[in-house]
Amino acid sequence: MSEKHDVSGVPTTGHVWDDDLADFTNQPPRWWMLGLTASALFCVVYFLYYPSIPFAATGGFFKGIGGWTAIKEMEADKSEVDAVRGKFEARLKDMTPAAILADNELSEYVKRSGKVLFGDNCAACHGQNGAGTRDKEGLFAPILNDDDWLYGGKIDNIHETIAGGRQGMMGAHKDTLKEAQIADVAKYVKAMSDEGKDKADADPAVAAGKKVFMESDCTACHGQDAKGMQAMGSTNLTDKIWRFDGSVEGIKRTIAYGVNSGDPQARVAVMPSFKKAGKLSDAEIKKLAVYVYKFGGGQADAPAAPAAEAATPAAK
Amino acid sequence: MSERVNKEADQKEAGTVTGIYREFEAWQVNTGGSTIHAKRMPGFFRTVKNYTQSLWLLFFLVPYLRWNGKQAILFDIANRQFHFFNLTILPQDIWMLSLLLLLLAMALFAVTSVASRVWCGYFCFQTSWTDWYTWIEDKVEGPPHARRKLDAAPWSLEKIGKKAVKHFIWMVIALLTGISFSIWFVDAFDYWNMLLHFRLPLVGWVVLTAFFLGTYILAGLLREQVCMWLCPYARIQGVMTDSQTILPAYDFVRGEPRGKLHRKAAGEWAAQGGDCIDCYQCVQVCPTGVDIRDGQQLGCITCGLCLDACDSIMDKVGKPRGLIRYASLDELEGKPVKKMYQHPRTLVYLGIILLAFGGIVYGLTHLGSMTLKVIPERQPLFVRMSDGSIQNKYEFKVLNKTGKDLFVTVTAEGGVKDQVIIGAEKPLLTHHGRGTSFTIFVKAPGENIRREVTPIEFRIQSVEDPLIAAEYETRFNGPKP
Repeated sequence: MSEKHDVSGVPTTGHVWDDDLADFTNQPPRWWMLGLTASALFCVVYFLYYPSIPFAATGGFFKGIGGWTAIKEMEADKSEVDAVRGKFEARLKDMTPAAILADNELSEYVKRSGKVLFGDNCAACHGQNGAGTRDKEGLFAPILNDDDWLYGGKIDNIHETIAGGRQGMMGAHKDTLKEAQIADVAKYVKAMSDEGKDKADADPAVAAGKKVFMESDCTACHGQDAKGMQAMGSTNLTDKIWRFDGSVEGIKRTIAYGVNSGDPQARVAVMPSFKKAGKLSDAEIKKLAVYVYKFGGGQADAPAAPAAEAATPAAK
Repeated sequence: MSERVNKEADQKEAGTVTGIYREFEAWQVNTGGSTIHAKRMPGFFRTVKNYTQSLWLLFFLVPYLRWNGKQAILFDIANRQFHFFNLTILPQDIWMLSLLLLLLAMALFAVTSVASRVWCGYFCFQTSWTDWYTWIEDKVEGPPHARRKLDAAPWSLEKIGKKAVKHFIWMVIALLTGISFSIWFVDAFDYWNMLLHFRLPLVGWVVLTAFFLGTYILAGLLREQVCMWLCPYARIQGVMTDSQTILPAYDFVRGEPRGKLHRKAAGEWAAQGGDCIDCYQCVQVCPTGVDIRDGQQLGCITCGLCLDACDSIMDKVGKPRGLIRYASLDELEGKPVKKMYQHPRTLVYLGIILLAFGGIVYGLTHLGSMTLKVIPERQPLFVRMSDGSIQNKYEFKVLNKTGKDLFVTVTAEGGVKDQVIIGAEKPLLTHHGRGTSFTIFVKAPGENIRREVTPIEFRIQSVEDPLIAAEYETRFNGPKP
């Protein structure tokens, strides 16, 4: 039977069924057999070279003759990254934040490489890109990309804030001021922000509040001009930016219970010292200062008053 | 009557040997079992082939061409640039490459639909390199019959010598091929310098070895097997021909029945019937070893060498030329031959070619020497400043395609009344040949913002040459008024 199929001279296996069906005994081509053998050899070599066989008894495993480990590979990859960053890091290590900022190349490097640093250490409170985070009481931590700074927006101020941390302080006034007085002064403060200090001063509707402001201890911290003092972190009350809830009710609460005053209803505003925490190196703190400065609110060291503060001219 | 007999016979055979087995039986498959030693004959198509194949000399020589102190044509992968004489094309303009590939593909289709596998027969590197390799083989080992004899002969000093010389020359060509390919991508003279000092980077060695081995194996050892079993384009092209396509074809009406010449009288010869005298010259010259008289087939790369062979024989026996000639199937079967413009497929191909060509021309004339992309900050979309104004942050990405660093100024059109651009008080430096990015802020008085999204168009302009400029339209985001 099988001879019938012997059309191409290929022998059959000799097994015939259904009268006339048989199998050719075609040997695979040599290149194919070589490929198959080579693949098998490759598997064996691979198996020996890399970690492969776990030992159930000891909990260990055959480490492979190549000594490869994922950790080693990761370290090698990391050293590649470090090599690229190294030359920048070596330079900025001994520079002041202001000098880093002034160096175009380094400040560009910080702008690009600081993202992870900021994301890991700052964004939890200050939000992605310093956009601020909010909780049910309003802003949880200050927005970092505007030009209003409680403790100053110059590069050295920012650096100092990150390194040393900050703790806002405002006493509770619920015992020293009457409720009506608190309401009056809150309205006055709100008017200063909404209309500007000049208009608010001339506005008879908030004159009672102004009187309270000037005669109680408000000016001690916020100043006669209500612009605050960055040295002590008292806020500028005449601008449009509110650290805490800027509604009349919100302002009343801040005045009545203070900030970090110990009263359970007080506003809480604490930034930890990143130097004391020990998590960040000096270089990293410097990089963060430059990174934050570059969000757009950083203020140059030039003597001229920042444009934003001059926007509502203070004329007494 | 006979038809019915056949049918009965078929039915009888059904279940034993079906049609496909019969076809299989008759099918001569060239699987490279024996090397094809094709005869080289002079002729018109041989000459054409020599000329078309010599275009590949450009492949070897063009990289040495210099232009303004730089390599004239260089696909600079390391710096991601393509230099073409004065022109520098950066990755942003790579879309033109896809149009070029489209154009080339369509040109291949169009030519194939008109005149069959012209690429395979006259231009393809596989055909060309194989042709040169077999030419060397011919020079070193002698004509086909001598080569066959040599192959069959036992190993001797002479055989070893001849084979060694041949393989040595082949390897030299293979090496040159690898080098020539590489120097399209790195500076040719640098490459030679590195090569001669054995200082090529790893990727350089890999490419060189791959091309060396590839050339040697494909053109020297595998030859026509590549066309028949490896090359996808050979198969694609084969199915793009139709009955209107002209291709080298055997005129079976004129040639059959074929038969050897018989001496009728002294000096007089007579064929048995048709013009084909069954001399097998067409088969002997075929580089892929097919018999064109079996009709159009996979192995035929339409190189036209059998036309030369047949014509020379027809001249000798005093018959008109063209027993094997470029003809369409319609023509051979006596059907009416349509004009070229009646071939819609070709016209469609031509249309696509023109479109692609137009696109490339447009691209090349509108390259511009600077591009600008502006990415507005998304988190946060805008920032309220202490004076109540709204500030937006933009990341500028400038690509300076000129040959030198330029200072640019930034201006904006549209946007909000009384807006201020911060960060571009002084002209900004853009580096040539690579991207430069910088951050620009735009601050606008809050009371002037009328919409949440205001269109704004940025324009950067070179300080030195105001003609070098670029614009980008984006948005200024603000709070709901």
